[in-house]
Amino acid sequence: MPELPPLPTISQLVFTGFALFTCASALGVVLARNLFHGALALVATLFGVAGLYVMLEAEFLAVSQVLVYVGAIATLITFAIMLTRSMMYGKTSPLNRQWGKTGLFAVMIFLALYGFVGSIPWADSAPAVLADESMIAALGVEFVTNYVVAFEVMGLLLLVALVGAVMLARDNN
Amino acid sequence: MDWLNLVVFPVIRIVVLFVVLLTGFAYLTLLERKLLGRFQVRYGPNRAGKFGLMQPLADAVKALFKEEIIPNHVDKPIYVIAPALALVPALLIWAVIPIASGMPAVADVSIGFLWILAIAGVEGYGIILAGWSSNNNYSLLGALRSSAQMVSYELPMGMFLVSILILAGDFSLVNLVDNARPWWEWIWLWLAFPFFFICILAETNRSPFDLPETENELVAGFQTEYGGMKFALFMMAEYTNMITTSAIMATLFFGGWRGPFAEEIVWLGPIYLLAKIFILLCLFIWVRASVSRPRYDQLMTFCWQFLLPLSIGYMVISALLAVFLK
Repeated sequence: MPELPPLPTISQLVFTGFALFTCASALGVVLARNLFHGALALVATLFGVAGLYVMLEAEFLAVSQVLVYVGAIATLITFAIMLTRSMMYGKTSPLNRQWGKTGLFAVMIFLALYGFVGSIPWADSAPAVLADESMIAALGVEFVTNYVVAFEVMGLLLLVALVGAVMLARDNN
Repeated sequence: MDWLNLVVFPVIRIVVLFVVLLTGFAYLTLLERKLLGRFQVRYGPNRAGKFGLMQPLADAVKALFKEEIIPNHVDKPIYVIAPALALVPALLIWAVIPIASGMPAVADVSIGFLWILAIAGVEGYGIILAGWSSNNNYSLLGALRSSAQMVSYELPMGMFLVSILILAGDFSLVNLVDNARPWWEWIWLWLAFPFFFICILAETNRSPFDLPETENELVAGFQTEYGGMKFALFMMAEYTNMITTSAIMATLFFGGWRGPFAEEIVWLGPIYLLAKIFILLCLFIWVRASVSRPRYDQLMTFCWQFLLPLSIGYMVISALLAVFLK
């Protein structure tokens, strides 16, 4: 009698649950016929990814994900939809004329990622990483020493975007 | 797996916390009506039970037995889920608030501050969904106003939180209360408290910033199409939010569970915390009774042209203080 594979642990089951939830809501984003429902499915997807981060013991990343993507970016998306179209005219087709080309690129990106993941020799073991507080502190130190240029350029980019948005929205009078 | 510590005890804590919070909500409505009555030289509710103490129970029964009406023109699934989504964040924040010496309400995560900021960011969704799914112009305008207001006031609130974080040098709220602070830090914190309180008033949509539901221009704002138990859930969200934000302010500015002998006798901690929350809640009601509602543009101008620069300046000085004095 062949040896049975070991039973999945509870954390594996929870992880699978989060992964399935994320995939299902990601499908909802592209398949929803109502733009607002699509935006809400996006919020659910982002929450699912945050849950995956928690299962990988990266709480800081998970909370940052919720803070930045769910709290700020997705709120702005729902805001934009609410301002631009009412619920009555909300029904749209998820496809437009370019679906063939986009589909091709999506398949190519998937194949590239698949090959990439398959060809990397994943290490069986790794040195222990810093956890919790010390990890956050180390992250902060890295931002203002090794990656200070990238960090500042990113800040500048956001500032430019902000000023540009104000310029576009400004009253011409 | 350690079932007892990982599952059983947290679940017991969560259930106790929810029971306390929801009972607190019920009696907070009574306290508000009583106090508002006194401010206006009348009695407030005094018929149901002694001093009107049974009034919340009567209100709950009334809300429960009202007919559940779902209008035809709404987006049904979102319309139904919105009130629940409004309530959940207010309960979630409690997980990281310390209630006694070295003891958080549910879990001591090392990222308590970020937890508060993240959940505060999610809080707007209930209102946005309610306003959109009602498919009604008044509701939509109320939701738009409210989300714009919450997003705007989140900025100065976040800046003040970051300042406190810089001074504390620790992401955990449990450590924040446990570690002793020097006297100048307390004074510096209390200087920021009035402005932080204004941000909280706007975040919780409380009077005088209750513009999302201004009855003279928007009927009842985002909750126009809601009735019965679903409306009660929005009420619950608002009042639970008041309790939660009071707990946060008590923890950040007034030492949370700290008080005479609280370190030796553990059960005194929650009592001190409750007392501080009670005083802050009375402050909420006092403000409602005495300040009139501003116009919407005044509200936004105040946030972007006064509070935001002020909070950024406060953060810079806090960083300087933390570097030179700590």
